[in-house]
Amino acid sequence: MKTDKGTAVSISRRSLMTGMAGLGTLALIRSPASAAPEDVIAAQRALFGEREIQTGRVSVTMPPIAENGFSVPFEVEVDSPMTEEEHVVQIAVFSPRNPLPNVARFQLGPRAGRARVATRIRMSGTQSIMAVAEMSDGSLWSGSAETVVTLAACIIL
Amino acid sequence: MTGIRISVPDTAPAGEIIDIRVMIQHPMESGFRRDNRGGAIPRDIITRFECTYAGETVFAADFHPAIAANPLLSFHTRAIESGVLEFRWTDQDGQVWRETAEITVT
Repeated sequence: MKTDKGTAVSISRRSLMTGMAGLGTLALIRSPASAAPEDVIAAQRALFGEREIQTGRVSVTMPPIAENGFSVPFEVEVDSPMTEEEHVVQIAVFSPRNPLPNVARFQLGPRAGRARVATRIRMSGTQSIMAVAEMSDGSLWSGSAETVVTLAACIIL
Repeated sequence: MTGIRISVPDTAPAGEIIDIRVMIQHPMESGFRRDNRGGAIPRDIITRFECTYAGETVFAADFHPAIAANPLLSFHTRAIESGVLEFRWTDQDGQVWRETAEITVT
């Protein structure tokens, strides 16, 4: 009788614990707090397909330290003559740690004269922001810059 | 009421690469913030910006919630002919804000 009761209790306790552990895992998976690098890769595939992204020709300029992530200066420049034959078609910006991997996309053309764009972005934490440039010949080039963020944009409300 | 600030040179020699800076007042509410009662603040962002020069699109941008409030853009274009530069911002609900600037190419 006593043993039976003990077993019953331990089973229900065990199932409770497994249930709680399961919930915890679920919460971890479901949490939209940050875009994993896989999200960045998925976002890049959605824009550029399976084409290879080479490193170089794109320089991203950001401050080494940002006091808060609400508004961080961001500048991207692509090494391109910007002529009718050879120019930058678009530049896409990705974040590995924001809730969404996409930051912005800029469409340029030979009329731009210079492949440089600057804006201000939000950053939810220290991370390396990546820019991918698509050239008129179809090749893809990337560059990145890291900024240490002391106060993240999405934590303090 | 939306404030727009634009910086475009009045005149430029033909062929010169000019610097354009535009800013629009907009909260760019990301949709990830919560108010003081814990309720989610709905997303409200500008999603598209376009710049046309004498009718031809020379620059465009797609914005996501990671663009900071009062979005600022700085970009370049080559001064080809005298004409009107038009700047157009479109938000997620299709509302449009426009502003123009005139440039004289010498």
